[in-house]
Amino acid sequence: MTVAINESASGELPFQALARTRTGRPSIRWGAMVPPTAWAAFAAVTAYWPQVQDWPRTNELAGIAVAIAVVLAVAAVLNGHLGAFGARLRHWEPWFTVLAVLASVWEIVTAKLGWLPAPFFMPPQAILEVYLDEGDKLLECIVYSALLLAKGVVIGASVGFVAGVALGWSPRISYWGHPILRVIGPLPATAWLPFAFFVFPTSSSASVFLIALAAGIPVTILTWSGISSVSSAYYDIARTLGASRSFLVLKVAIPAAMPHVFVGLFMGLAASFAVLVVAEMMGVKAGLGWYLQWAQGWGAYANMYAALFVLALVCASLVALLFKVRDHFLAWQKGLLRW
Amino acid sequence: MVAQATRIEPSAEPGMALSISAVSHAFDLEGGTLPVLKDVDLEVEAGSFVAILGPSGCGKSTLLRLIAGLEQPLVGKIHADGVPITGPDPSRVVVFQDPTLYPWRTVERNVALGLEAQGLLKTRRHRIGAALRLVGLEEFASAYPHQLSGGMAQRAALARALVNDPRLLILDEPLGKLDQLTRMAMQSEIVSLWRNAGFTSLMVTHDVEEALLMAERVVVMSPRPASIVEIIDVDLPYPRHRADPKLAELRHRALELLGLGAEL
Repeated sequence: MTVAINESASGELPFQALARTRTGRPSIRWGAMVPPTAWAAFAAVTAYWPQVQDWPRTNELAGIAVAIAVVLAVAAVLNGHLGAFGARLRHWEPWFTVLAVLASVWEIVTAKLGWLPAPFFMPPQAILEVYLDEGDKLLECIVYSALLLAKGVVIGASVGFVAGVALGWSPRISYWGHPILRVIGPLPATAWLPFAFFVFPTSSSASVFLIALAAGIPVTILTWSGISSVSSAYYDIARTLGASRSFLVLKVAIPAAMPHVFVGLFMGLAASFAVLVVAEMMGVKAGLGWYLQWAQGWGAYANMYAALFVLALVCASLVALLFKVRDHFLAWQKGLLRW
Repeated sequence: MVAQATRIEPSAEPGMALSISAVSHAFDLEGGTLPVLKDVDLEVEAGSFVAILGPSGCGKSTLLRLIAGLEQPLVGKIHADGVPITGPDPSRVVVFQDPTLYPWRTVERNVALGLEAQGLLKTRRHRIGAALRLVGLEEFASAYPHQLSGGMAQRAALARALVNDPRLLILDEPLGKLDQLTRMAMQSEIVSLWRNAGFTSLMVTHDVEEALLMAERVVVMSPRPASIVEIIDVDLPYPRHRADPKLAELRHRALELLGLGAEL
């Protein structure tokens, strides 16, 4: 029993500890050795299979694959001691395997057999080369894009939220705002591009405007619909308990509308990605969108793929971050909805 | 009233007296108005328990909304302790048929709503725990409303009302959606709360037995537009027993007034 108590203290769930005391000692699951084996195989293919043409950084790629294989193997051996992290590793095991297989196939059909010809199709080591040689330039682009996006989204979402609350709360504001939003809302933000680059003094301020517009309109519409769909019974309760108007807005209407607001934020964030890339391709001379355009212009396809990967990662991380924020603010919905 | 040796929360002020005089009300509908209340006159003594009984849809709940101050009557006046009612006030708290807890707040923060709205959270925070204990929900303080059963949610709604020390507790079919057992348990809980705290209770119900079991006076109303048919005095001491033959007699009388006499 002392074992079980010690295990619980180390962050393991009690039933896991129980299962282990019953079997005596933790044993290695042989299934857990499949992903490290697959990565080792990828490393071997990369390093020892002769290539159609000489690609630099091939050995570095094999080295990284070996490193991943070692880490996965160590994790497989220690899995029982890794608690929640170990459980997550176990969950993703099939994916680790499939990724290694896909990487091997990619490596074979490009570098090894040349079925997919360069320069349009580049082997993994060519993309690794971009990260190793142009990493700081890409990082600069990421920072630039992130700042631009952050400015636009923060401004757009804040203005959109306030506008949505005002439209949902005040019939007079709604009277004037509704027709305007009906006309402007469906217009894609990129349609404003010529106007924005003409009116704003700098291309970056024009981009901020466009991103803010793209992010702001869905937030406005969803916040508005959220506020106007709040049950009047919620207001009756608060009013009989002595609530002021500002209490009704801040403590009743807004929290009740938050699920809608987050839907608007997700839509706005997705729209802002599109506008960011287009704005950077059209006018701004920096950022990932510009890098993509530039790489394509020079026929540097490896650079283009490298930038695409980074862009996908950045966008996915931002969406994941917004999910975290939502999970924090809307924790009360857990159990009410299927997440 | 009965001696109040067991009073839990001594409130500074006793119950509120209500005076409803010549109140008529109607709703605007497309193509005309729908009269819901007609010439309602009613005096409610401070600290008493009055039940309003009537067929469903007759306008009882509208009368409560007028008393709560959520709406203004088209004709007539309602006074609380001699002062005309012009809007909602935390001294007159409503418990609705639907508990209407805010799903984004825990039970505790739902109960805190009134204090928070009135800016009394700092000075009276201790009352929240007391109110939760009073309704037996202290262990569910940090639960969210969707985790509660119907009866527990209605108890939480009751605690949310009681935490404000109401002088008039307005109960709008508060037990209407509960199962029979929970309902019977809460009937006696509400009566004992009322007897201990000294507030005035005004309860709308369409359950004849419930009205007679709980209230001192039962106001029987007609179908819409509702007016008062008769007021039955239930001159029986508390605690009352469901099987009391006098209650059966009164029940017969009330059903007759509602037009559901001896048939069946």
